[in-house]
Amino acid sequence: MAEATANGLGQHALHPARDAAIVAKAETHQEHPIKLYLVVWAWLFILSTCSYLVDYFGIHGYLRWSLILIFMILKAGLIVAVFMHMAWERLAMMYAIILPPILVLVFVTMMVFEADYTLLTRIAFFGPGP
Amino acid sequence: MAETTLTHDSQLDRPQGWQGIAADWASDQRAFKNVSWGKAMMWIFLLSDTFIFGCFLLSYMTARISTRVPWPNPSEVFALRIGGSEIPLILIAIMTFVLISSSGTMAMAVNFGYRRDRRKTAILMLLTAALGATFVGMQAFEWTKLITEGVRPWGNPWGAAQFGSCFFMITGFHGTHVTIGVIFLIIVARKVWRGDFDIGRPGFFTSRRGRYENVEIMGLYWHFVDLVWVFIFAFFYLW
Repeated sequence: MAEATANGLGQHALHPARDAAIVAKAETHQEHPIKLYLVVWAWLFILSTCSYLVDYFGIHGYLRWSLILIFMILKAGLIVAVFMHMAWERLAMMYAIILPPILVLVFVTMMVFEADYTLLTRIAFFGPGP
Repeated sequence: MAETTLTHDSQLDRPQGWQGIAADWASDQRAFKNVSWGKAMMWIFLLSDTFIFGCFLLSYMTARISTRVPWPNPSEVFALRIGGSEIPLILIAIMTFVLISSSGTMAMAVNFGYRRDRRKTAILMLLTAALGATFVGMQAFEWTKLITEGVRPWGNPWGAAQFGSCFFMITGFHGTHVTIGVIFLIIVARKVWRGDFDIGRPGFFTSRRGRYENVEIMGLYWHFVDLVWVFIFAFFYLW
């Protein structure tokens, strides 16, 4: 018990000033060169133009869907990593924020099966689409 | 100033990688070692907002997969007649560029905020707000156009009835977020302009002293709005 206290709260209480100093020093701001933001900005424009051109040129099928997804993920990654400064955060923060939305893909998979089943029953009862 | 200031890991003497994750979370203290509470809470709010928009897009996906009736082609629905020819999705493309530009100006505002350049920060934030308001205006135009063409939450002239309800729900919720963002941008820009963060003037709502970090927290929200639009653009308009 005494050992646990020494490692945990006790130690914290022993050096409150030092801990506060570490936090105050570490809790500083995000400052990066302006050029970095301009480059990312330009890339976001290029990627948006590309995804618009996918529609403009009427690309269809799997090529269309994969291109849309690639451009979307690249844009989202740039915004989160650079504009929202996630790239400079500690891993504990990154995983806490980025992992849960990725797990939504499990929900997506479940709903794809569910929706396919609904479509199947609709076709079985009402016949193919009007 | 020309070089990226490494404020984090160099000063914070803590383990890295997976060991770092375990050590940070198991420390019986704050888990996010070099992130202030304000920023951590904004991130957690954005995480919850991600789930809200995730559920909207999921329900849209479910409706679109499960309907027997063909889905209206967004490329034609959102086309505009400019100079005698139909240009597909042009308004949505312009809206995307406007929102991305606003994200760019916001990132600059955060940067100048940390350099204590009050004037540039406030001007860039107001520019961001103006671009956001432009976006909402264009969205209002788009809604008006679709409503006059007969799109309703319960039906539309081109195909599956669920198109209208998905469209109004998803873009409406996103537009609401942009509108709230514009209002808060103006409030924070005023604080910056007045120098509230330099003299530590208490806020009107919380009575606590603000810091220039508030600009970055505001920026997190604004970039998130842009981020959601990236997904809406891909899944609703382009798919």
